[in-house]
Amino acid sequence: MKLKGIQMTANQSSEMIDLKLDRKDFVSDQEVRWCPGCGDYSILAQMQKMVPNLGVPRENFVFISGIGCSSRFPYYMNTYGFHSIHGRAPAVATGVKLANPDLKVFVVTGDGDGLSIGGNHLIHAIRRNVDLNIILFNNRIYGLTKGQFSPTSEMGKKTKSTPYGSIDNPINPLCVAIAAEATFVARAIDIDTKHLGETLERAANHRGTSFVEVYQNCNIFNDGAFNDFTERTKRADQVLYLEDGKPMRFGKDLEKGIAIQGFSPEVVEIGENYSIEDLLIHNESLSEPTLAYLLTRLHFPEFPVPVGVFRNVEKPEYSDLCRDQIHAAQEKEGKGNLEKLLNSGDTWTVS
Amino acid sequence: MSTETELSTPTMETQKPTVEIQSAVIRFAGDSGDGMQLTGTQFTNTTAVFGNDISTLPDFPAEIRAPAGSLPGVSGFQINFGSQEIRTPGDRPDVLVAMNPAALKVNLADLVEGGTVIVNEDSFQASNLDKAGYESNPLDDGSLEGYRVIRIPLTTLTLNAIKDTGLDRKQGQRCKNFFALGVVYWMYDRPLDHTLNWIQSKFGRNPAVLEANTAALKHGFNYAETTEIFTTHYSIRKASLAPGKYRNLTGNQAIALGAVTAMEKSGRELFYGSYPITPASEILQELSRYKKFGVKTFQAEDEIAAIGAALGASFAGGIGLTGTSGPGVALKGEFIGLAVMTELPLVIVNIQRGGPSTGLPTKTEQSDLFQAIYGRNGECPVPVIAACSPGDCFWSVLEAFRIAMKYMTPVMLLSDGYLANGSEPWRIPSLEDLPDLSFPNATDQDTFQPYARDEKTLSRPWAIPGTPGLEHRIGGLEKQHLTGNVSYDPQNHDNMVRLRAKKVAGIAQDIPPTEIYGDPEGDALIVGWGGTRGAITSATEQLRAKGLAVSSIHIRHINPLPPDLTDIFSRFKKVFVAEINLGQLWTYLRATLLLDSISINQVRGKPFMIQEIMKKVEEQL
Repeated sequence: MKLKGIQMTANQSSEMIDLKLDRKDFVSDQEVRWCPGCGDYSILAQMQKMVPNLGVPRENFVFISGIGCSSRFPYYMNTYGFHSIHGRAPAVATGVKLANPDLKVFVVTGDGDGLSIGGNHLIHAIRRNVDLNIILFNNRIYGLTKGQFSPTSEMGKKTKSTPYGSIDNPINPLCVAIAAEATFVARAIDIDTKHLGETLERAANHRGTSFVEVYQNCNIFNDGAFNDFTERTKRADQVLYLEDGKPMRFGKDLEKGIAIQGFSPEVVEIGENYSIEDLLIHNESLSEPTLAYLLTRLHFPEFPVPVGVFRNVEKPEYSDLCRDQIHAAQEKEGKGNLEKLLNSGDTWTVS
Repeated sequence: MSTETELSTPTMETQKPTVEIQSAVIRFAGDSGDGMQLTGTQFTNTTAVFGNDISTLPDFPAEIRAPAGSLPGVSGFQINFGSQEIRTPGDRPDVLVAMNPAALKVNLADLVEGGTVIVNEDSFQASNLDKAGYESNPLDDGSLEGYRVIRIPLTTLTLNAIKDTGLDRKQGQRCKNFFALGVVYWMYDRPLDHTLNWIQSKFGRNPAVLEANTAALKHGFNYAETTEIFTTHYSIRKASLAPGKYRNLTGNQAIALGAVTAMEKSGRELFYGSYPITPASEILQELSRYKKFGVKTFQAEDEIAAIGAALGASFAGGIGLTGTSGPGVALKGEFIGLAVMTELPLVIVNIQRGGPSTGLPTKTEQSDLFQAIYGRNGECPVPVIAACSPGDCFWSVLEAFRIAMKYMTPVMLLSDGYLANGSEPWRIPSLEDLPDLSFPNATDQDTFQPYARDEKTLSRPWAIPGTPGLEHRIGGLEKQHLTGNVSYDPQNHDNMVRLRAKKVAGIAQDIPPTEIYGDPEGDALIVGWGGTRGAITSATEQLRAKGLAVSSIHIRHINPLPPDLTDIFSRFKKVFVAEINLGQLWTYLRATLLLDSISINQVRGKPFMIQEIMKKVEEQL
């Protein structure tokens, strides 16, 4: 492992290495060009604050993006970065990771980039379980092209390209990730910075594809899209913070919870009719994604909006499998010999 | 076409006289399920190992199994072999092996006058004749007069041959291609060993099938030896190829071998990203077998992801390769543009097929030249090179990687369906003959700038993730000179567009001079590129033998063009450009060099015949 001026001693585990990196080391010299007040600033700040905690040398980080407002992200991270083409970041990232599995690879995408033009690549990266940290900034609008509806825009939404309201049924990013067999699925909110930072860190420490949807406010073309539940005063009643192994409770005094009736979840008041024991207990690591999927179906305003880690399971990682296959072949057949290869098959000599 | 000399003493154990000839063209044709590709490949490999020069043309339908006995279901394999240099699969077969009426109907017109037709007599019954659209049986109605027709009840004889193996009638019938192969082996005095060994290794685990195929092959050979239908057989001496060790290679196999070689000679990991597409899929299949070399193959979810992952691998310091055919290149266009903008090495292989759109997936064409040179948005220069024979695909991959890494650029390598599936003897190079492809990564923190340029090549540094102190960002937005930062400055854009063009144009100084076949001046020059070299060279040779002052050149580097073309053209009274499209190189030469010429073209999904090139040139001289 190449480390920045630090000697690794035998009793130090990799998590404990102090690389003496801090937030400033990850701030690039480029002027940030998002609109003032954009939710992207908060995500960038939390990322720059979080990555020094990972024990990974700066030169091993790669941020890869597609096209859209969020995809300018790599320019602002003082790491290796690749601003690729619309929707295709997961493909580029897969190649980077396979070529050098020691790299810590992030994919930054948006609702249009990741779910519309790049939907195919997103699901295939996830189902392969490539060790990528995919952060999808969901602002439910096309911002960079100035305000057309996106695949996550709600039905009936009036935008520049839907003056009579959208007739497209929106897609739920987390449902897509779970359907693609994602091993790590989470959701966070741009302005809930502490929770956002923690969620990004957990995602980064997951081996395999981690998929994080971040509700991100576009204050120019879709301002306040998430205000009904993200505003500080409303969060306690309208947001369900998922915690592994704990009952699903919310409300100012945690007086409400989620129980299940048959196959249907319901909001219950803890008191006369329901006790804490009646509530659903969150479990991130169930091998079947049924519970995680059920949670993605909790729609506001009937339900609080769940945030945190929905699912977190271990499965073989793609670049490991690729490397293992090569090692196994080399162990069994010996390392390839070019001269032998060129001279293989039926040969004959002309003198 | 072939010169015959009667030999007085019979060879091998055979009692029948042997006639020596210089070359022969055989076409095996049958249903898609009749195993004609296998039969052709076996004949090819036996003949190659025997020491003849060869050239082959597999010709099969896009459908895996069209209805049995139907015309669209006919699959063919043509081989030209001889004691002299063989450059093409042959204009017309001397011998046609037709396993059913449909195969006869589809292929008969191509046969030389007085040629030999070997038919499976058993298959010429009413239902098959009907499916092939014959109103009467051609074997009986006199329509095959003028040909030498050899009727063999192949199905019956095969079933007799295998009756002790325990296979049922249906399974047993499948062996009839080996019976036919045995007959043709006898006709051309070929040893059976190679195919017997192959049957042994292929069916070793299935004794009944092993025994049946072995029996069918041997019975076929013995049948030809004993029956009175065959009076003579033919021998063809070994070809006088350049000394060395040889193997038989198809173009796609050669690309895979070349890619592994590029990996070894560059000291980098090869990453092959691809999506299955005819006729390029064999490259993916071949390379996926080379795990022990550390080759990483990635069957992507689509053409776009395939090139995207390959470009990502190049960014990370590997050598990215992606292979496809024309429709796939269309999808990859945006990523090729990104590779041009980010100036990363990448090789894109296009195994051209008939187009546009899905076109003729299994047939050959050269109609993606414009796409290769121009097919992207913006001013997007990409070096383009074209392989000219199956074996040359190996050397072309090495050349493509050399240019890609030396100049930090994507490179388009053009092959085609004919080169991809066709094969020829390939002289195995020794390791010392292979070019060094080691190009260093950037490491110097003090001087590093992502878009600084090498003075000579104008290439930018290759700084790979994991290198301390060289962290930088690249992408598809216009780059500021030196820093690589995003820049919308009008003058910077103008400079960068010109710089990228100049870098690619400069490669012209780094390619070998054009070789002229024939005299350096004369009445006519035939110009070609890609898979037509064999036909053009043979046409030139035969025109010269007639006393005409004809020469030919073959352009390997299409973009940039070799700098000596204008001079070469000026030394000939007339210039012809022969290609399998409607004149794309012809247009390109006029547009870029103001060089006028006469276009010779056809787009029938087949290689040129030597005769058609000769005819077009002779008409104008």
